[in-house]
Amino acid sequence: MRSRWLWTVVVVVVCIAVVAAVVGCARKPAGPPTPTAEPYRIGAMFDYTGNAAPLGEPERKTAQLLQEQINAAGGINGHPLEILIEDSKSEEQQAVLVANKFIDEGVLAIVGPSTSGTTLAIIDTVQKAQVPLLSCAASIKITQPWQDRKWVFKTPQSDADALRRLIDYMKPRNLKRIGFIYDSNPFGTSGLEQAEKLLPQAGIQIVVKEPFGTDETVMTTHVTNLLKAKPDAVICWGTNPGPARIADAMYKMKVKLPLLMSHGVANRKFIELAGEGANGVVLPAGRLIVADQIPDTDLQKKALLEYAKAYEGKFKEPANTFGGHARDAIELAVKGLRAVGPDRAKLRDALEGTKGFVGIGGIFNYSPEDHNGLTKDAFVLVQIEDGQWKMIQETPQK
Amino acid sequence: MERRFRTWVALVVFAAVLLALPLLVRQPYYRTILVFVGINALAATGLNLLMGYAGQVSLGHAAFVGIGGYASAVLSVNLGVNPWAAMVAGVVAASLIAWLIGIPTLRLHGHYLAIATLGFGMIVSIVFAEWRGLTGGVGGIPGVPALRVAGLALDNHLRFYYLVWTCLYATVIATSNISNSRLGRALRAIRGSEIAAQTTGINTGSYKLQVFVLSAALAALAGSLFVHYISFASPSRFGFAYSIELVVMAVLGGLGNMWGPIVGSGVVTALGELLRPLRDLDVPAFGLILVLVLIFLPRGVTTSLGLLVQRLRAPRPTNGEVAPANIVGAGEP
Amino acid sequence: MSTSSQILQYAFSGLTLGAIYAIIALGFTIIYNATDIVNFAQGEFVMLGALTMVTLHSPPPAGHGLALWLALPLAVATGAAAAGALQRLAIRPLRHGSVLTLIIVTIGASILLRGAAMILWGRNAMLLPPFTQRGALFVGQASIMPQSLWVIGVTALVVAGLAIFYAQTLVGKGMRAVAINRQGAQLVGISPSRMVLWSFVLSGALGAVAGILIAPITMAVYNMGTLLGLKGFSAAILGGLGSSPGAVLGGVILGLLESFAGGFISSGYKDAVAFLILLAVLFIRPTGMLGGRATPS
Repeated sequence: MRSRWLWTVVVVVVCIAVVAAVVGCARKPAGPPTPTAEPYRIGAMFDYTGNAAPLGEPERKTAQLLQEQINAAGGINGHPLEILIEDSKSEEQQAVLVANKFIDEGVLAIVGPSTSGTTLAIIDTVQKAQVPLLSCAASIKITQPWQDRKWVFKTPQSDADALRRLIDYMKPRNLKRIGFIYDSNPFGTSGLEQAEKLLPQAGIQIVVKEPFGTDETVMTTHVTNLLKAKPDAVICWGTNPGPARIADAMYKMKVKLPLLMSHGVANRKFIELAGEGANGVVLPAGRLIVADQIPDTDLQKKALLEYAKAYEGKFKEPANTFGGHARDAIELAVKGLRAVGPDRAKLRDALEGTKGFVGIGGIFNYSPEDHNGLTKDAFVLVQIEDGQWKMIQETPQK
Repeated sequence: MERRFRTWVALVVFAAVLLALPLLVRQPYYRTILVFVGINALAATGLNLLMGYAGQVSLGHAAFVGIGGYASAVLSVNLGVNPWAAMVAGVVAASLIAWLIGIPTLRLHGHYLAIATLGFGMIVSIVFAEWRGLTGGVGGIPGVPALRVAGLALDNHLRFYYLVWTCLYATVIATSNISNSRLGRALRAIRGSEIAAQTTGINTGSYKLQVFVLSAALAALAGSLFVHYISFASPSRFGFAYSIELVVMAVLGGLGNMWGPIVGSGVVTALGELLRPLRDLDVPAFGLILVLVLIFLPRGVTTSLGLLVQRLRAPRPTNGEVAPANIVGAGEP
Repeated sequence: MSTSSQILQYAFSGLTLGAIYAIIALGFTIIYNATDIVNFAQGEFVMLGALTMVTLHSPPPAGHGLALWLALPLAVATGAAAAGALQRLAIRPLRHGSVLTLIIVTIGASILLRGAAMILWGRNAMLLPPFTQRGALFVGQASIMPQSLWVIGVTALVVAGLAIFYAQTLVGKGMRAVAINRQGAQLVGISPSRMVLWSFVLSGALGAVAGILIAPITMAVYNMGTLLGLKGFSAAILGGLGSSPGAVLGGVILGLLESFAGGFISSGYKDAVAFLILLAVLFIRPTGMLGGRATPS
């Protein structure tokens, strides 16, 4: 059969390609070892295929960028930095496999993964193997209960703080009745859970809770459900493309309510996808997206501009907050290694003692009970005007 | 009885390999792979019985895996129940639900049965995600305690390996026994032609239901083991994608063959790990290889290789007859 | 929003969804009628049509900004070609295999196509401009996008076109003949293998058309085919696998169910409600609403 012949050729070509790729991509040992130049290995696992791919991809790129930068500047105390990058594919089984692979390969720390689900799946593994983990995922369960999270840290800002920032915006404007619409994935649901705790304390009532599917496409029913409850404003919690669809639907349905979002949409993609619907949206965001608007006295400004410039220069696309989480995680690990050398336990202690670390996501202060390290001040309030980010003046706090 | 003898030899060799393997494979990474292959093979065994022996289909089996997993997580974390008791509860719950859902569902055939099981799987996975009070919602339930045997915690790779593969060994033996039993013969008759089987007095409904329940119980067991292994339960694992993955494992391994699920699970997992260095290309490469393997080995790895071996051994028929195909339960649907 | 406007809005959303599911369900039906296979890669043809259209038609930098009338046939041809390649390379070598093996092969093909799309088009969603640029149309406070009307309209045309195709054209009649009796068709000179190829090509083209129509509403992304394929398949079964009007009916009902369940019961559980009703229909009528296979109508 001709098809069988064709397939035999394809098989042979595929086998050659696979072998070539495996050989080509196999980890090269870090050059001829000089007496003190043993490489320091960090494992970086990100979800760059699967559901979380838009998060994992900039994180992976950041890891590649940082490895180059750090080694060009002389490595860590003369030791080359080797970042092993693997894909956890947004799947728990994959995350566990990769974590164990890294542990076997003798990594000093693990950075990532990108989502709460994959992170929680490896908590047990890293705690037992006693390897420091710096996750780029947001769930509060990652670092709490702190007694069982000795080896686990995370770099993204917490959604509780994001909501506190939004409350700063809502209170002076008397927005008391909120329609809360959220992606039914861990990020969105966690936002809801925090909102359920924090908003009533501030005298704000959630009049309707409306989940939408991550891959759902037609949003008009959801918007209608929101409007039914007659809210003063809408808070939408999720990462692209869901919130963009919501913003777009609200615009096309000529809904005139204030639309507040989460830091999950603090990236250019959101503005691009939401089109006209993005204008007027208010969100809490790390200072990265408004780096040119913050005062020069801001401690983060220099690091933000450097990172944005380097990322954009290498990858020809704007830097985004997800990549920022990875940058913070890697830089924290590197800083620790510079201080204590290649020792996992000492690195953990060093991380826990981090104070005043200037990151992309904010300024980190870790402690035994707090392995998140950020506060509400990591966020500024941003509004989208004419397709651009505009930092808005927050109401001074009491 | 030569086949029986060969089966026993194979089982003894299998046991020897299982015992020896951890001594040769010491790194956590490879042991983790073995544990996952075992857990997935357990779930795929259930599917093998259902699809390979009884000729039915289930595109929602991840639901049963999830029922077992969540029973273990919810009972042991939120209610402090002994993990073993929780596991048994999960298996019982899955069996019960399979029995209830199976009665109406197994009256359907072909693609309609497929979609019904798919629908059931979707409903269950939505419940896992939405019923925050019970399951912790999409955030999941971390901190699932370890299983303990006589004071020893089964919380490292080696001990879990023995636990999982002991269970799997037992199911392989059970599969072989079922195959040669009254149930097995009835199932093969049903697979050949349900109507014909009915005319010979076989209570097809009852047998199909039994196999469905058994397959659900095995899936639930796999789910419990998974959740205890990684100490975490979340809905993302127990959705449509995993149901499809299990079907692929069962078919790829070879339906109706007692080694099929292990081979299928092994191939899929090993392939995933082997293709890692390809970075982004690993996803399309996996799809391509899946297609290729099925084109060259359309009955799955074990059955097709078995046929190949037979054809190489058997004398060529001289007068135009087709050589009898000694296919045990691996016929056409 | 007044209650009557709400109900109307749910109906509009439901019809939009329904038309989307209907046109995808038709793709499943065509292949099923010729081959008994459920093509799990059908959603991927939708995705290919959508993303190819983005590359051709969307304004730079995302695409090349070609005119609609030029880009559309090219994108449709891409879907058709992919489907044809699938049939020739993967389905035909296994034509003596079991239906289950073939279904798994289509699963493998869908993984391959999805993975390739992720590499070619990236991981982020992309916008496709709607066919007509005017804003939403309002009936009271309920709105419907013009693109939704395009989807509904084209789906209706496709159903009519398929009816004519099957009844009047040689290829269409040939496909029906092969579905009724493969050997009989062969005896009168129709090539079953060629008819099967045509059914795949047609299905791929239709999938691509679906993608081009719906992408302005849903955005185009490499993994859009999974969920849409699943819903389209469910719609085809609901309406009765093998029946074109059934596919459309199934799609519309599924869309309306989803929308109203989301509006009046719970958005979190609306898919569960839809599937529950699907199961109920199957338990009562095991071959779907207009089901029964025999002749494609």
